[in-house]
Amino acid sequence: MNGPQDLGGMMGFGPVVPETDEPVFHAEWERRAFALVLAIGALGRWNLDIARHARERIPPATYLASSYYEIWLRGMITLLKENGLITAEEIESGKPSAPAQGNLRIVKGDMVEGVLAKGGPSSRPSPAPALYKPGDKVRTRNIHPTGHTRLPRYARGHAGEIVTVHGAHVFPDSSSQRKGDDPQWLYTVRFAASEVWGRPSRDKIHADLWEPYLEAL
Amino acid sequence: MPHDGHDHDHGGSELSPIALRVKALESLLVEKGYVDPAALDVLIETYETKVGPRDGARVVAKAWSDAEFADWLKRDATAAIASLGFQGRQGEHMVALFNTPKIHNMVVCTLCSCYPWPVLGLPPVWYKSPPYRSRAVIDPRGVLGDFSVSLPADAEVRVWDSTAEIRYLVIPLRPKGTDGWSEKRLAELVTRDAMIGTGLARSPS
Repeated sequence: MNGPQDLGGMMGFGPVVPETDEPVFHAEWERRAFALVLAIGALGRWNLDIARHARERIPPATYLASSYYEIWLRGMITLLKENGLITAEEIESGKPSAPAQGNLRIVKGDMVEGVLAKGGPSSRPSPAPALYKPGDKVRTRNIHPTGHTRLPRYARGHAGEIVTVHGAHVFPDSSSQRKGDDPQWLYTVRFAASEVWGRPSRDKIHADLWEPYLEAL
Repeated sequence: MPHDGHDHDHGGSELSPIALRVKALESLLVEKGYVDPAALDVLIETYETKVGPRDGARVVAKAWSDAEFADWLKRDATAAIASLGFQGRQGEHMVALFNTPKIHNMVVCTLCSCYPWPVLGLPPVWYKSPPYRSRAVIDPRGVLGDFSVSLPADAEVRVWDSTAEIRYLVIPLRPKGTDGWSEKRLAELVTRDAMIGTGLARSPS
């Protein structure tokens, strides 16, 4: 969706302000919110793409005014409610009043190391031969899906070149809608900055894009 | 618990609204049996004390010192990095980007906050914030200026937007005057920003 998360090329946010000797967390609540998002995600009721889309659905004014852990927290609360894990009333009261769901994979303290080491690879067996190979010229489609997509607005409708073929990976546009992994070929596509921004430049921009985002040139 | 000016924990009454909200949510999720508080503690400890940019610095120092390892990194960064013990969540599919005197690589995630956790830990706030995410692709040299990095005019900037699950680690140029240095000593020159591409490796002087 053309939501507030799609920031590439926007203007007016001011300079990047790096913090010297930045701590990993800036407040105790950030520690707890970070860990809660990971632990609740591990329950398996939704996948990474659904989680990202929940954050993208935050209204733009709120998204842009929120810190990143606030964005994570809002996204998680949305999904907890939508998936019936907690009710709005329970959030309000802070006390359980509805029965808890069963059949969930609760991550215990001694399981964390294994869960993190395993990760969640997105590569999948390829469903069909790849359409493109390194060196091929492609154009990104000019699409504006209302659901989740990983084709940024700034990269739509532009000519580029395939530089790497990464194999087939879970397709976020489908996976975010619970339509299965729908594996599609994933490519790194190189764009000339001059093509994307319409002014002279020697620089290059790369994005990792799935086959359905591309058409042959 | 460290104090930071926003979130003083003096018995609960002075917690900020968001701190109170998170505390209440955690209690609720624990009471409902969805979360083991011990797991939260391990998660926090892992990313606060065990995983961080010094891991990535070891990868870079080895790439500078060992041509065979550098070649492996170019061919299969995930496996080469895993051989040093760094793997898993948010680093399942790694790619190493080697800077040259004429090519400077810089990594961003314009859509969220994708970052190679097993080698760099969790991203700094600026990496996740609108100024960097918006400008890295349209004005990378301006962003480098914010980090006091200026490149030769004939150098090419290559920006990598992490739009899928591929995670990028920049291998900065090895500083001059470091011939014969041990990997351990070299690693001390490798900053987090150098591995994102918003900095250069430190000079030995």
